Amino acid sequence: MTSAPLLEAKGITKRFGTLLANDAVDLVVQPGEIHALLGENGAGKSTLVKILYGSLEPTAGQIVWKGKEVRLKDPAEARKLGIGMVFQHFSLFDSMTVVENIALALPNGQKMAELSRRIEQVSAEYGLPLKANSLVADLSVGERQRIEIVRCLLQDPQLIIMDEPTSVLTPQEAELLFKTLLRLAGEGRSILYISHRLEEVKRICDTATILRHGKLVAHCTPSEETASSLASLMVGSSVKSVQRDKVDFTDAPVLMRLDHLDLPASGPFAVELKGISLDLKGGEVVAIAGVAGNGQSELFDAISGERATAPDAVIIDDQSVGNKSITVRRKLGAAFVPEERLSHAVVPSLRLSENVLLTRHGSEEPSMMHKGVFIKRTKSGKIGQRIAENFDIRKGEPDPHAGSLSGGNLQKFVVGREIDRSPSVLIVSQPTWGVDAGAAALIRQALIDLAREGSAVLVISQDLDEIFEIADRIAVINKGTLSEAKPVEDMSLEKIGLLMGGVHGDDGSIDIPSVQSNAGAAEAGGSNAA
Amino acid sequence: MDFADALLVSIVTASTPLLLAAIGELVVERSGVLNLGVEGMMIMGAVCAFATSLTTGNPYLGILAGILGGAAMSLLFAFLTLGLVANQYATGLALSLLGLGFSGMIGENYVGTPGVKLPTLDIPVLSDLPVVGDALFNQDILFYIAILLVFFVSWLLFKSRWGLILRAVGENHNSAHALGYNVNRVRLYSVLFGGVCSGLSGAYLSLVYTNLWIENMTAGRGWIALALVVFASWLPWRTIAGAYLFGAVLILQFHAQGAGWEVPSQLLSALPYLATIVALVFISRNRTVARVNTPSCLGQSFVPDR
Ligand SMILES: Nc1ncnc2c1ncn2[C@@H]1O[C@H](COP(=O)(O)OP(=O)(O)OP(=O)(O)O)[C@@H](O)[C@H]1O
Ligand SMILES: [Mg+2]
Repeated sequence: MTSAPLLEAKGITKRFGTLLANDAVDLVVQPGEIHALLGENGAGKSTLVKILYGSLEPTAGQIVWKGKEVRLKDPAEARKLGIGMVFQHFSLFDSMTVVENIALALPNGQKMAELSRRIEQVSAEYGLPLKANSLVADLSVGERQRIEIVRCLLQDPQLIIMDEPTSVLTPQEAELLFKTLLRLAGEGRSILYISHRLEEVKRICDTATILRHGKLVAHCTPSEETASSLASLMVGSSVKSVQRDKVDFTDAPVLMRLDHLDLPASGPFAVELKGISLDLKGGEVVAIAGVAGNGQSELFDAISGERATAPDAVIIDDQSVGNKSITVRRKLGAAFVPEERLSHAVVPSLRLSENVLLTRHGSEEPSMMHKGVFIKRTKSGKIGQRIAENFDIRKGEPDPHAGSLSGGNLQKFVVGREIDRSPSVLIVSQPTWGVDAGAAALIRQALIDLAREGSAVLVISQDLDEIFEIADRIAVINKGTLSEAKPVEDMSLEKIGLLMGGVHGDDGSIDIPSVQSNAGAAEAGGSNAA
Repeated sequence: MDFADALLVSIVTASTPLLLAAIGELVVERSGVLNLGVEGMMIMGAVCAFATSLTTGNPYLGILAGILGGAAMSLLFAFLTLGLVANQYATGLALSLLGLGFSGMIGENYVGTPGVKLPTLDIPVLSDLPVVGDALFNQDILFYIAILLVFFVSWLLFKSRWGLILRAVGENHNSAHALGYNVNRVRLYSVLFGGVCSGLSGAYLSLVYTNLWIENMTAGRGWIALALVVFASWLPWRTIAGAYLFGAVLILQFHAQGAGWEVPSQLLSALPYLATIVALVFISRNRTVARVNTPSCLGQSFVPDR
């Protein structure tokens, strides 16, 4: 390429205490290209893009924008230059509506009503439908991801930085996003794209820069590589595949039962759960598929006890717990992994050992408390250590603050913390959100192994590849109702797509033909782990 | 003027300083800052207003001085908490104590001297209405300012761009920073606004309510105003209802004592705080209301992660 680069980063170095998160990284982004930034969890991708967006200051190195050296003292400066960013951990305002969240990122002078109309129209065009007046707090991470993306695109930036935008989108949503990105690149805009889904990187990215342990290790053209060659460039070795044997569950005991679970909507835009029934048997993995915002978060809240239901609607270990607290449920052997890892699953300012205590203080045997009052720090410390080892959590110090972990490493921690307990019932939402191929295989295998040891595992996920890889039975949630859970052999992408759009497929937001046309792509998307 | 008239007027007089201070603090808290120094800013406003109006003979200059007194205190608070990232709770408490002590020193020579009274502005026709006429339409300028401020703040917070940014900063300062907003600058302005309102409230006390300078004359009203913000669940309109309710309780306290009621006056003085606790319980029972209106970053300092 002979044209002048849009952005050039030279020798970017970032040190956190003793840890070198970026070590003299060079990056060149040309106008009109989609440039992938790859690397395993904790490689330093988010750190690098945060530096390019002015939200972190490099320890050393320079940034050249359109041929001129710039010093970005805060994100406001980067935005003025025309840089937009979709954060890995969202930068949204929970107590505000979608339109307010978006208005905050746009220049002044927009009428709210007009902007609402524009958001609904544009978001539908992008295939990321949003209701302008819903409250962010009521939305699932998938919907929040849509807001982040739409908000960034509406800013009309020259350089769009996307930190794992597709990790919680359905294949259909991702597909439409790619169309949009290709169109934007065609208009001469540049996109810096971070993803762990190598197949999509191969399909849409022109070039790739690969980081390992904070260092630049390779430049390549993704379309000329295979997913596994990319993966081995990232990891330095190849990725194990997930092993699953077939088991007959007819005689297995039911460990958790949802019985006609009803839950009123919590707000005008929230979803109402209607008559959800499901049996979870020991030994099996059941998955709930569905487009984000169809009641997944509500269902999780009801099962975990964040919202009370009729006593008999949730039965764990033969006891009615629908109106009982989460600790009671945990004592019965249940464990829960919510989808929002940073704001819900951990306290970012606490250390990992302290976060262990948060979910396990009541259920641990022998207790983690002396006389029920004083914390046994050595014990929680040891458990934290064990989780970190078993789940390969990369961290700069022995017991770091949860907020300083990279996104994928934090995800490994929140899932590992519960699996480590060997719960008899595990409810997990988005188990592999943002983890790299190797770690995804590790987590999926751990879920299957847990089940095969006799536990019941319920996985709520938007990732259909993941679901087909680990589930024994699959149910689909749509507008607050759950379809009957069917064995994985009887399910196909088409059937799931049909169920996602409602049985009659009338006003579902997904158009069914695109499910079929994407089936191949979706299958390929997960093959990086296989 | 019959008894009902007089009672209503006295309730309005007792409520206005609460309303002024609360509406200011509401803006401060919406931006994520908890300034516990309302009492101190208020009393500085009171003493500055009193001294200035006495020396110049002009109560309006007194109001201006009250504003400056409150604003100066709030700038001190802003310097410590936003500039030096001192703990907001401790700094606010210190500000209250400082204000009480410092105002006593300034006001030493004025104790017992009658002040200049702020004239009332009679709104023709309306002020002749029975019962409410005197209470609502024959009032001084500060009363009208208080009511207008509620309109203004409600518009500011929920209809204007500034309000959107201000609420965003109070809701999630990290996100606001990531979107390019200068969190501490927004907070500085809202703290200053809070200081101005507290200063006005103090001026009302020394120019209208007592028309005398008495040491510690705020007598805990700053704390009631703080409680009032929570009682109103951070919604401007509810501060009016709350201020008049709490004001009525204060007046009831006097009348109860006068009439020789059995109710201990301590219980009545505790009522605003009890009411606040009850309001808090109701707010936290309703997740959506709590989520939407409570500024999530309340009391947390912002230092960008670099
Ligand atoms: N604020 C911080 N303080 C200390 N260490 C940090 C901080 N932010 C990141 N790190 C460390 O820097 C390293 C790189 O993190 P980064 O978030 O850039 O990884 P990543 O490549 O984005 O990984 P992922 O794919 O998991 O999102 C990690 O080891 C992480 O623990
Ligand atoms: Mg990251």
